[in-house]
Amino acid sequence: MSEFASEHPILLVALPKIVVLLFLLLTSLAYLTWFERKVVAHIQARWGPYRVGPHGLLQPLADGLKFLFKEDVTPAGADKFVYFLAPFLSLSLAITSIAVIPFGPREFTMFGQHTRLAITDLNIGLLVLFAITSMSVYGVALAGWSSNSKYPLLGGLRSSAQMVSYELALTMSVVGVLLMAGTFNLTEIITAQGGFHWGFLPRWNFFAGPLPQVIGFCCFFTAAVAETNRAPFDLAEAESELVAGFHTEYASFKFAMFFMAEYASMITVSCLAAILFFGGWLSPVPPAAFFWARYIPTGAFALAGLALIAHGVRYLTIFGRVLLPTLGLILCGLAALLASPGINELAQGPFWFLIKVAIFLFIYVWVRGTLPRFRYDQLMAIGWKLLLPLAILNVVLTSLAIVWTGR
Amino acid sequence: MVPVSYYLALSGVLFGLGMIAFVFKRNIITVFMSIELMLNAVNLAFVAFSRALGQLQGQVFVFFVIVVAAAEAAVGLGIILVIARNRQTLNVERVDSLKH
Amino acid sequence: MTLPLFLFSVLAVVAVAGAVSLILQRHPIHSALSLIVVMVALAGLYLLLGAEFIAAVQVIVYGGAIMVLFVFVIMLLNAGEEERTDFSRMARWAGLPLAAVFLVEVAYGVARAASRLPTAAQAPVSTRELAELLFRDYVFPFELTSFLILVAVLGAIVLARREDSD
Repeated sequence: MSEFASEHPILLVALPKIVVLLFLLLTSLAYLTWFERKVVAHIQARWGPYRVGPHGLLQPLADGLKFLFKEDVTPAGADKFVYFLAPFLSLSLAITSIAVIPFGPREFTMFGQHTRLAITDLNIGLLVLFAITSMSVYGVALAGWSSNSKYPLLGGLRSSAQMVSYELALTMSVVGVLLMAGTFNLTEIITAQGGFHWGFLPRWNFFAGPLPQVIGFCCFFTAAVAETNRAPFDLAEAESELVAGFHTEYASFKFAMFFMAEYASMITVSCLAAILFFGGWLSPVPPAAFFWARYIPTGAFALAGLALIAHGVRYLTIFGRVLLPTLGLILCGLAALLASPGINELAQGPFWFLIKVAIFLFIYVWVRGTLPRFRYDQLMAIGWKLLLPLAILNVVLTSLAIVWTGR
Repeated sequence: MVPVSYYLALSGVLFGLGMIAFVFKRNIITVFMSIELMLNAVNLAFVAFSRALGQLQGQVFVFFVIVVAAAEAAVGLGIILVIARNRQTLNVERVDSLKH
Repeated sequence: MTLPLFLFSVLAVVAVAGAVSLILQRHPIHSALSLIVVMVALAGLYLLLGAEFIAAVQVIVYGGAIMVLFVFVIMLLNAGEEERTDFSRMARWAGLPLAAVFLVEVAYGVARAASRLPTAAQAPVSTRELAELLFRDYVFPFELTSFLILVAVLGAIVLARREDSD
């Protein structure tokens, strides 16, 4: 078996990883929509999805079924090929970008092959992510044009002009990190942020290094929110403005593809922010506490599981009284699994990485629920006149700091 | 290993196709795109030679070709916009006289 | 059939198919999409040739910026399909085979002349080496191209401005 594996490494090693990661990504996409609706609702002092399954947990399933069964309408006079191509392009590009993201440091053996916790480890990993981002402009522009209708055309042109403008600020704000790390390889960027200052402050790019990349992070996150067409920069697709912008004329499943593409690029950008500025899979716990810090994932899962069981047995509906404690038991089982020595080592990196990604996704949703949206000329002015000069200033200051500290 | 001559043959074919498109298409924008195709074919030849001779100057030159092509595309498309605004047509056969 | 040869064949077929599609399509937006396909295939070929930075730059700059510009202009000008003109019968029936013969001759001549060159099996070129060459020996052209881009931006703005607004 392992000779077969060494001759066909793609089949036996990469393919299972791709399948598992794709499954995890699509599930987290679905539940990200639930998460967003719940958080925005609580910000607006209401409940959000509550009826479909306990705490609305089956709402994504219901939405998915709705999208599958709705009638698929194609506008008259639409360019058929491009009309079908645009959502596929958006979704496939957004999902492909998860392939270069490293989730953890440890190597593990599968069928006799040593592999890392990532699908690939490219020397130009960061550039590939930017290449995918720059190609995703086409999904929006072609969708707007091929619908053969005024509002989508205007919305598509506006959206794609916005994406192209903020792409510049996005890539410039990352150059400071690149100068400090000296490589495009995402795994090496993370390992360059290892170590702790004074025993307790992690040496992440946001806190330490020749120049702490605070300006870089703020520019990056703002540009990323604009790049993914999210609030407060979502003028081109907001309901009260251009009907629905570039995806007005798209019906059930194709609209769902655009929807999923937007959330997938949100996840990608959050992963990038965690990797570039906050140390990726590095743990924030200082080395003095390394021994018992190994059991933090176990403790977190066990706490969540027990809380879910305790809440679930007193839930309103019978279905909830069955489902929630089951979920709690699964979480406690995972906690026990994580306590075993082999898997504990393996799970440290991904646990901290996913916590950071979850925090950034929460910030994304929080910003959407809180801030009013920008007018289009204000939006473009921010991109060109504020973020791009700030990013260039960050590059200049970082280079000066590097030369000064002689690294 | 793939012989370098294969890459150069492909570059020649792409350049020839770009030339054919340049001669036969009548939309200004398509003609301009065929110029970009020819530039890409030349870039492929540069990178192939850079690999065969083991020198990096080929890739540096490709970098400059890409940058100059970007600048040229910007100005060229500006000119196309002005022509379309003034002559109300995108057909190269109708913009062949200075007098309107 | 080794893996590099297989990948080369696939990418070469995709590139040539995209270029042929650019010629045969009637609507400029379809020609633009075909050209994007050609550029992405060429980026894959650059990766096969070990030029990873150039491959990424090709997709980001050419595929993600220049072609976006083309697509915008096609949408703004509302370019429609090309009109049918009457080709002479001779041009259509003799032109295509002659073009194919011409291309095959070019490919054969180039391949035969270049068959003496070796393909040294090297590691992919790292960005660091390329950057050292660019910023040491070629720093003057590099700065000149930044000036060129500035001139192009000014030119594009002046050309595309409307005469009545100020």
